[in-house]
Amino acid sequence: MVPEPVRVLRRWQELDAVWTLELEPVKTGGRSFQPGQFNMLYVFGVGEVPISLSGDASETAALVHTVRGVGPVSNKLVALQPGDTVGLRGPFGVGWPMAAAEGSDVLIVAGGLGLAPLRPAIYHLMHHREKYGRVILLYGTRSPEDILYAGELAEWGERADLEVQITVDHAVSDWQGKIGVVPALLPTLDFDPEDTVAMVCGPEIMMRFTVNALRDAGVEDEAIFLSMERNMKCALGHCGHCQFGSTFVCKDGPVVSFDRVRGLLSLKEF
Amino acid sequence: MKNIAQIVCEHPFFHGLDGEFCDLVCGCARNVRFNPGEYLFHEGGDADYLYLIRYGQVGLEIAVPGKPPVSFQTLHDGDLVGVSWVLPPYHWSYDARAITLTRAIAMDARCLRKKCDDDPALGYEVLKRLLPILTSRLQATQMQILDVYAAPEQSP
Ligand SMILES: Cc1cc2nc3c(=O)[nH]c(=O)nc-3n(C[C@H](O)[C@H](O)[C@H](O)COP(=O)(O)OP(=O)(O)OC[C@H]3O[C@@H](n4cnc5c(N)ncnc54)[C@H](O)[C@@H]3O)c2cc1C
Ligand code: FES
Repeated sequence: MVPEPVRVLRRWQELDAVWTLELEPVKTGGRSFQPGQFNMLYVFGVGEVPISLSGDASETAALVHTVRGVGPVSNKLVALQPGDTVGLRGPFGVGWPMAAAEGSDVLIVAGGLGLAPLRPAIYHLMHHREKYGRVILLYGTRSPEDILYAGELAEWGERADLEVQITVDHAVSDWQGKIGVVPALLPTLDFDPEDTVAMVCGPEIMMRFTVNALRDAGVEDEAIFLSMERNMKCALGHCGHCQFGSTFVCKDGPVVSFDRVRGLLSLKEF
Repeated sequence: MKNIAQIVCEHPFFHGLDGEFCDLVCGCARNVRFNPGEYLFHEGGDADYLYLIRYGQVGLEIAVPGKPPVSFQTLHDGDLVGVSWVLPPYHWSYDARAITLTRAIAMDARCLRKKCDDDPALGYEVLKRLLPILTSRLQATQMQILDVYAAPEQSP
């Protein structure tokens, strides 16, 4: 599968080293995706990396990605200017269980940049609000200055049909919100574990602690969904680069139910 | 209006405690109120009281020389503030400051320790309630120390 050229329409800074890019296919029109899927973005002459779609799946004209510059490829991506071109393959993978969650309460637990792959799911829930029960969003990050999509989170917090709680690991005195780790919010939450689908994304350690707290609260392993990150090459299920037990993260994931990765979550990546 | 015994025994920390035990611990309790910004206690001070929050928000802070204090946890309705009162030498290891108007039950730590020493069954009950709080705080601290949201080290 050959990368297709896409042009940067707009870019804006979210946080230190974190930028959102709006990309437009040069030759073909827009393309649809499922919340939780990712694209492979190819910086010519440098390399190709998987990046989740972070925009609204109901708007197909442009593809939105939120990227943190951490190395050779991602640093080039965050430095792209409007009009620049990159290669794109995708969308790939299995996304969040939006259809299966219909009729249930949805509990979203996001940590740090993990809110980016979950944002399309939140948009979907808001567009189809009548199909779901309670929708709860718990977001944890490092400090008040590191809150991703802070403006949108504030707007969502105003909505009567969305329960939003934000917590930070540490803060200086002028922060009036919650301080503490995001899994610690779960025992204080009054929710029905038997009728809840949990969608979790964040650094792997945060996901492990969150899964433990969800299981302690009584949520079944089959109802806990995680977005896994593993290094990728082909993104087509051929090369085995992203293999995680018997799961190929690129093809069977990145979103997987916890019962499929139970016992593997604490294993190192080699 | 509720009396102190009702308030203490309905607080999540003591909820479900045997009636006799409840009467015992109530003898150590009184109602207190902290305005926003007021400190419940300071690092290094004697851990003479523990506080059970009824309503409000309390921030736990560590002073950083030359900088504003850093908060590492907020506690809310139903939470217990302070665990140093149970471990010698009974000194606070951080500051606790009311962020919003906070109503709490202050338990005299010497009084409670004495009652727990005199009646080990009560002491065991209190420790059983304290241990899950200590464990979850330890886990939270692990996650905070690991700084899981920090950007990975840049590769060249
Ligand atoms: C399915 C999937 C979706 C992703 N979605 C996004 C996204 O929406 N936004 C985004 O910014 N990134 C996302 N990533 C991570 C992104 O792919 C990596 O950051 C990127 O591959 C780094 O490549 P690089 O060449 O810039 O740096 P590299 O040289 O490959 O890595 C630089 C440093 O970052 C560390 N690193 C690399 N990948 C990760 C990771 N996944 N988690 C933690 N540390 C890592 C490396 O260990 C190294 O220290 C996703 C990854 C996967 C698998
Ligand atoms: S990246 Fe090649 S099999 Fe998944």
